[in-house]
Amino acid sequence: MTDDKLKEALARIYRRDVSVEPKKAFEIKKEPVIDTTVKENVKEAQKPEPENQVMTEYVKEQDKPAAPIIKLQQKKEFKKEEPADEPKPVIKAPSKFTVSSNPHIKDNSSVKNIMWMVVVSLLPAAIAGVYFFKLRALSVIVLSVASAVATEIIINKLAKKPVTVHDGSAVITGLLMALILSPLVPWWIPVLGSIFAIAIAKLAFGGLGHNIFNPALAGRAFLVASFPALMTRWLLTDGVTGATPLGMLKEAGVATVSYFDLFIGNIGGCIGETSALAIILGGAFLLYKKIIDWRIPTLYIGTSALIAVIFGRNPLFHVLSGGLLLGAFFMATDYVTTPITKNGKLLFGFGCGFLTMAIRLWGGYPEGVMFSILLMNAFTPLIDRWTRPVQFGGKKR
Amino acid sequence: MKAIGGIHPNYNKFTSKSKIEVAPSPKLVILPLSQHIGAPCEPLVNVGDTVKVGQKIAEAKAFVSAPIHSSISGTVKKIEDMPHPVLGKCKAIIIESDGKIDWDPTIKQRDNPMSLDKEELKNMIKEAGIVGMGGATFPTHVKLSPPKEKPINILILNGAECEPYLTCDHKLMIEKCTEIIKGALIIKKILDVQKVVIGVEDNKENAILVLREKIEEMNADIKVIALPTSYPQGAEKTLIYTVTGKVVPAGGLPMDVGAVVQNVSTAKAVYDAVYESKPLIERVVTVTGAVNDRKNLLVKIGTPVKQIIEFCGGYSGAASKLISGGPMMGIAQCTEDIPVLKGSSGILVLAKQPEAEEFDCIRCGKCVEACPMQLMPTTIAQYAEKDMIEKADEYNAADCIECGCCSYVCPSKIPLVQKIKIAKNQILADRKKK
Repeated sequence: MTDDKLKEALARIYRRDVSVEPKKAFEIKKEPVIDTTVKENVKEAQKPEPENQVMTEYVKEQDKPAAPIIKLQQKKEFKKEEPADEPKPVIKAPSKFTVSSNPHIKDNSSVKNIMWMVVVSLLPAAIAGVYFFKLRALSVIVLSVASAVATEIIINKLAKKPVTVHDGSAVITGLLMALILSPLVPWWIPVLGSIFAIAIAKLAFGGLGHNIFNPALAGRAFLVASFPALMTRWLLTDGVTGATPLGMLKEAGVATVSYFDLFIGNIGGCIGETSALAIILGGAFLLYKKIIDWRIPTLYIGTSALIAVIFGRNPLFHVLSGGLLLGAFFMATDYVTTPITKNGKLLFGFGCGFLTMAIRLWGGYPEGVMFSILLMNAFTPLIDRWTRPVQFGGKKR
Repeated sequence: MKAIGGIHPNYNKFTSKSKIEVAPSPKLVILPLSQHIGAPCEPLVNVGDTVKVGQKIAEAKAFVSAPIHSSISGTVKKIEDMPHPVLGKCKAIIIESDGKIDWDPTIKQRDNPMSLDKEELKNMIKEAGIVGMGGATFPTHVKLSPPKEKPINILILNGAECEPYLTCDHKLMIEKCTEIIKGALIIKKILDVQKVVIGVEDNKENAILVLREKIEEMNADIKVIALPTSYPQGAEKTLIYTVTGKVVPAGGLPMDVGAVVQNVSTAKAVYDAVYESKPLIERVVTVTGAVNDRKNLLVKIGTPVKQIIEFCGGYSGAASKLISGGPMMGIAQCTEDIPVLKGSSGILVLAKQPEAEEFDCIRCGKCVEACPMQLMPTTIAQYAEKDMIEKADEYNAADCIECGCCSYVCPSKIPLVQKIKIAKNQILADRKKK
């Protein structure tokens, strides 16, 4: 192979362009060819591997490209000759084999699939929100998702990067943003929240996989800090404004709601947080599909309930009210902003539960889910380092 | 003990019902001087020499090495660099067949070989050029010579065959169970152990039954254990853990916990060497994937892959990958001119798969969950990518067994193994320098 051809081949490798024109079937030539290919193979092996390389295409020989039509004709003739036997097509070696690192098979999971699955699992909560809060909730959801997606497209375009909306994460952020807002917020609140979540909390950090804080929660924290009054007006489901159960508890010391209403979602609160039933349905789906790990939700909910018991509160009320369930199943399990180690996940869930209850019981806010998860997000890199598993056969550190 | 981590891929064991067929004797064999871990051999023949079947043509000078024998009779055509499935290229002895199958007349069968003493048996194994046939190709006589301070108390025969697609060990266990058991008894005698266990994944129920029946018939003191089917169940350390519950220390060897693991195919080769005085010149290879006739073939070592694929009816579709070994740990080849080696358990042809989109790591932790060595693959890969080799070492990149579980489960389709291998090789090279 000449230098030019090698360069061309390497250029193709670095561009990760694997599609190739159909090449004519070839016969392996004699020794000299084998020798050069081997040398080139070695040369290639010594080259530093490009960072994002998936497959190394190894160009063995550049043969004349043959039009696919000819192939078809050959097949037809073949069949005419021996119609009775139905001969199997004997296909000669391709002009090149793909060379890549093992493994050569992969499962059919994908980031896109996971993300859209999460969107599906959020639908029950969203539908419950729309059922209880009607058009107000629907408009908040639509505005929030649309502005999250639009923000991502615009910023991708401005940064001259490929548009990443198809991975589904912007839709999740927009949806979650809406689900943790009161249905009474003015129309620009979800828009502003989504813009902050996508532009600042996610894309400014490098996009999906690089953000430190959960984008939707960061968006809400931004809104709570900027417009505290607007963010804490609640709509009771009968069309009257009023307090959330946790708000009542904080202000008056008692909350007068039935467990049935708490469970179904017939209470004041954020669009997606009121119906425990809908959230548990979605969460169970994610657990069943093995998209989320059991460790974080279990530890989060368990720790919260335990702390409630220890301090003489009603654990069932604390678990069912506020954003705890939505947070435990959908926010604290966000892949990007939570630990990857098994023990790290346990620690993370515990920390979230502890902080949530600390804020609820002794803090200034009636609800602590948002701050607890954001705080634990900040600890994620440290937790990952602390909980690094001891390798198989390794010595305990 | 339940294996740690691991995955459950689609096994696609298409050839599990096809009997072992004898491949036609090749017209030409390519016998690389390095078919094992350790020092390459020195050729004993010159270009133009006539050789017989089973004649030793290359000698192992070092202890960790294994001699090479001619698998056909004919003349030595060339001794030069040829494509090698593992090393890329390697000096090889190329022999052209004379069309006859003339055995080396100096090879004589021993009477009552089990009466020989340990050293003699070990020497026979060494002289037969036997190496681990599961793929790692570690010279068997070395494994059978543990130092005195490492007492061995269990011999485990590895019949897990956890690699998808491959069925050569499975078929061998059914068709050559007597030989495998006799081979195991020879190794048992050499190691002087009481406990012998054959571990077989429970998806090969018929093999388990056949082995158990035969063992009872022969009144041998061997236990057949059904292992839970999961990949990489057959990885040495995982196998020892599942069978004995003992953990081989990181960087250590099985003998550190008193275990020796041998592949079932190796046990069969040991039988051949001791009872039949036959050196290792052929092995069973599973030819599968996008070929017209998928087969389990008994192939002469050194046969070019091209010929084997032709014998199996050629490619059945747009072949895009030719793999020596299985799909999880096999090595993708760039040419069909590579030969079958002592460690080649399979020839797998894969059709073009749709290219999956690669994303940045979304930190889902699935690789951490799947890693049988309990590493953090994505973290190591990120350090490798940034050339932070010391950090990768701190995260134990050198303990990676390259099983491929992490890459397999990664939803972002990141080639984690490839990146970890870069770090691992660098770390091992740095350690050597020190």
